[in-house]
Amino acid sequence: MGLGTAGIILPNLPAFSRTVSPEQLLEPGLDVAVKKRLADAALNAAKSKGATYTDVRIGRYLNQFVITREDKVQNIVNTESYGVGVRVIADGCWGFAAVVDAKNEADTAKAAETAVAIAKANAKLMKEPVQLASQKGYGEVSWKAPIQRNAFEVPIKEKVDLLLGVNDAALKNGANYVNSVLFMVNEQKYFASTDGTYADQDIHRIWPIFTVTAIDPKTGKFETRNALSAPMGMGYEYLQRNPVDKVTGITTRYNKGYDMLEDVTAAAKQARAKHAAKSVEAGKYDLVLDPSHLWLTIHESVGHPLELDRVLGYEANFAGTSFATLDKWKSKDFNYGSKQVNLIADKTQVGSLGAVGYDDEGVQTQKWDLVRDGTLVNYQAIRDQAHIIDEDHSQGCCYADSWSSVQFQRMANVSLEAGKTPLSVANMIKDVKKGIYIIGDGSFSIDQQRYNFQFGGQLFYEIKDGQIAGMLKDVAYQSNTQEFWNSCVQVCDASDYRLGGSFFDGKGQPPQSSAVSHGSSTTRFNGVNVINTARKI
Amino acid sequence: MAILTKEEAKTIIDKVLAYSKSDEMSVNLAGGRTGNIRYARNAVSTSGESVNQSLSVTSVFGKRAGTATINEFDDASLEKTVRRAEEVARLAPENPEYMPMLGPQTYLNTDPYAESTAKMDPNYRAQATFDSLDPCRKKNLVAAGYMEDTARFNAIGNTKGLSAYNRETSVEFSITVRTADGLGSGYGTSDVTDVSKLSTKAVTEVAMGKAQASASARALEPGKYTVILEPAALVSNVDASLMVALIRSMDARNADEGRSFLSKKGGGTRLGEKLFDERVTINSDPTNPEVPSGAFSGDGRPQEKITWIEKGVVKNMPYSRYWAEKKGVKAVPPGGNFIMEGGTQSLADMIKGTEKGILVTRLWYIRPVDPQTLLYTGLTRDGTFYIENGQIKFPVKNFRFNESPVIMLNNLEAMGKPVRIGGNLVPPLKIRDFTFTSLSDAV
Repeated sequence: MGLGTAGIILPNLPAFSRTVSPEQLLEPGLDVAVKKRLADAALNAAKSKGATYTDVRIGRYLNQFVITREDKVQNIVNTESYGVGVRVIADGCWGFAAVVDAKNEADTAKAAETAVAIAKANAKLMKEPVQLASQKGYGEVSWKAPIQRNAFEVPIKEKVDLLLGVNDAALKNGANYVNSVLFMVNEQKYFASTDGTYADQDIHRIWPIFTVTAIDPKTGKFETRNALSAPMGMGYEYLQRNPVDKVTGITTRYNKGYDMLEDVTAAAKQARAKHAAKSVEAGKYDLVLDPSHLWLTIHESVGHPLELDRVLGYEANFAGTSFATLDKWKSKDFNYGSKQVNLIADKTQVGSLGAVGYDDEGVQTQKWDLVRDGTLVNYQAIRDQAHIIDEDHSQGCCYADSWSSVQFQRMANVSLEAGKTPLSVANMIKDVKKGIYIIGDGSFSIDQQRYNFQFGGQLFYEIKDGQIAGMLKDVAYQSNTQEFWNSCVQVCDASDYRLGGSFFDGKGQPPQSSAVSHGSSTTRFNGVNVINTARKI
Repeated sequence: MAILTKEEAKTIIDKVLAYSKSDEMSVNLAGGRTGNIRYARNAVSTSGESVNQSLSVTSVFGKRAGTATINEFDDASLEKTVRRAEEVARLAPENPEYMPMLGPQTYLNTDPYAESTAKMDPNYRAQATFDSLDPCRKKNLVAAGYMEDTARFNAIGNTKGLSAYNRETSVEFSITVRTADGLGSGYGTSDVTDVSKLSTKAVTEVAMGKAQASASARALEPGKYTVILEPAALVSNVDASLMVALIRSMDARNADEGRSFLSKKGGGTRLGEKLFDERVTINSDPTNPEVPSGAFSGDGRPQEKITWIEKGVVKNMPYSRYWAEKKGVKAVPPGGNFIMEGGTQSLADMIKGTEKGILVTRLWYIRPVDPQTLLYTGLTRDGTFYIENGQIKFPVKNFRFNESPVIMLNNLEAMGKPVRIGGNLVPPLKIRDFTFTSLSDAV
């Protein structure tokens, strides 16, 4: 449906996770030759039972969370989940079965046989057989995230020291409370299919976050500020302080290196300053949106409505459907946004959360246009959907959050292309007469067909006659997706381009979680409706 | 794994406890089965069933705790897991807020378990799905639905003598029915402990009626309206919701720390203050036969009958054991369910008694805007209707709202008969001045 509720998010563990020691996270998984044997046993068993297509996913999912508040370590969680999922087509219908802790060929063969039996049972209720886009086999291939430092190899003490240092800096700079968390994920995935692909992949993700709270005892009010970090498809090198990764301005923002200590110091002061900030006057404003904010608006108003399964109605009972119906795409002139708006889906972007070599049905990942010069040109589709949008191939955006979950269409990284004309943030702000500059993501909500949305943020600055006039609070903007993207007038150039993203994009029933990045440069939208969110209780 | 009996679970736990060499150790044993079936576009899209079992050991030395988990129950594996937990504990940082484990406890006699649900199989799910799909197909309506059933147990034991056991079952069913032209949409949901009390057909018929009645909605100006919020608009099985947000924001520590709607200006909490309409009374009761819940919380504390809000006054707040000790009060755990008292009117009676208002089937994508005031935003969905002179006049386009449950429960006009939703009992509420801030084109 969308992202989990805000605040410090509780870890979302893959199914069947067990608690292990930090050392166990460093143990190598199965040798690739063993994985091939286990996979071949399943492929052969399914074929002998009548499957016309089979894929096997052998997954080892490792998670580590370090959770602290003020001067205390609240929890350190290390988990491992290992098993095998087998998906087949038999009698024209999908079937899926999974086995935890598969040890030998008999285990995976049995899962394959169960999957075939389920497919045959479901075939009785089928309306039309699966049409799978053809896919060439790649043979034995591998892909590894280009990380510099495996976060699981960093001693726990170094992580604890970092977070307690961050908390200490927050408290010294005006925060009453601070919560900080390091999330680290390693997916070791092996994929094999009857198309002849055997893909071994190693994926890493990291997300350092905090929330600082500043209380004003005189008014009894509290204000918070969350980290301006992004979850990244990187190793521990994301936490290196590197001046080239910093974007200076009214507050420092970060690209591929995050200075957590510097950010929390600013956050504590800003949370304190919010108490004295002016409450916004409701009305129309030109919005200047930083990439640390705009990623979430892209996610909700572009990423989700252009998922083909939503368009077709498969998510109607939960996440909803989409306003971006097939007739709009077929017309070739549906005006999604202004001419400045170019939105790209990309599963290959280095450092992004969605980057992999091959998706979870053995398709090499790609980059493609969704909206070009403001016009809707494509969706996100997988192998059994490609024919619906007249494609002869999948776009490679199939994903399952665990070996135990069945793979389905998930959002690729969806990003706004940087402006082609050189434009800095300072020059963009210079031309704004009455505006608000928004940094960081906050409250978010959008309807089930992705028309009407409302977003908050972390930091709001009033722009008056081309100058930043001071901090605002109680700000949220409401708009309609098509109207909003058509109000886009300027996009800063590539030198300002940064990624934001989420670890926890939810979809499906039972729900599955997916990690996805969204890039942009700072972007200006004219005449957007801003409401004041202050209330008295 | 089958649902182990209390005795079977205790035998395994006691065996594990005997391996302990730490200051304190607890064992948590859990297992069960869950099954689901999902359909969309009038056909089944996915279905599955899985069983799970796990045994988790937490060993403690001083204020250092370590946990290890296993799902194999031979003696060697069990002992190895205890040694692993002890190893992790020795290396763990001290937790200054660590609370010694609880000794033996007395629990209420609850049994949120029904054999009928535990016995559900793929054939049962397929029939329940057919009962829902068939009427939709016949009326040329498009159904998307989901049913998930769970049967599980969990047992806790520790070296201080605590022993707790619970088994439970649940079924959640929801359906969205859309008209073939996509101009109407209706929703129905039901959750039960005992599947024999669930009729997927009856729930589907409610959704079908709403879908057909909601086509060709008219636009009303956003603003403040009297609304009747159906229980599914107050509590959601699949999303955040206004009533659950309120209940979950009552934690005493957050209030004491000054970061809650229950924080008092100048320090302390608003315990004892009247914050809601005097007809608002909310309890928890694990023994309520309509919404039975487990007899103990995750850390082994007994779940008791407790009143959170009485006649609009905040009577109790949940405390962690650490915070309760620091404050010298009883460590009341958050409830396993909540029960909001209501009236005797049916939804139809409430509509009949409304001069002008809006009937809201469901609220959606509900997210916090301001934690200080519990301001939330979200949208109406799947059946929104204008009421005039006691009758539903016409369907209206969906609205975005920005509202706080605290303000909402002060603007109370009427309450209907409570119904079960999300394992809780909640009445439909008639609220004046509910704030709609914009219109949505979504159907």
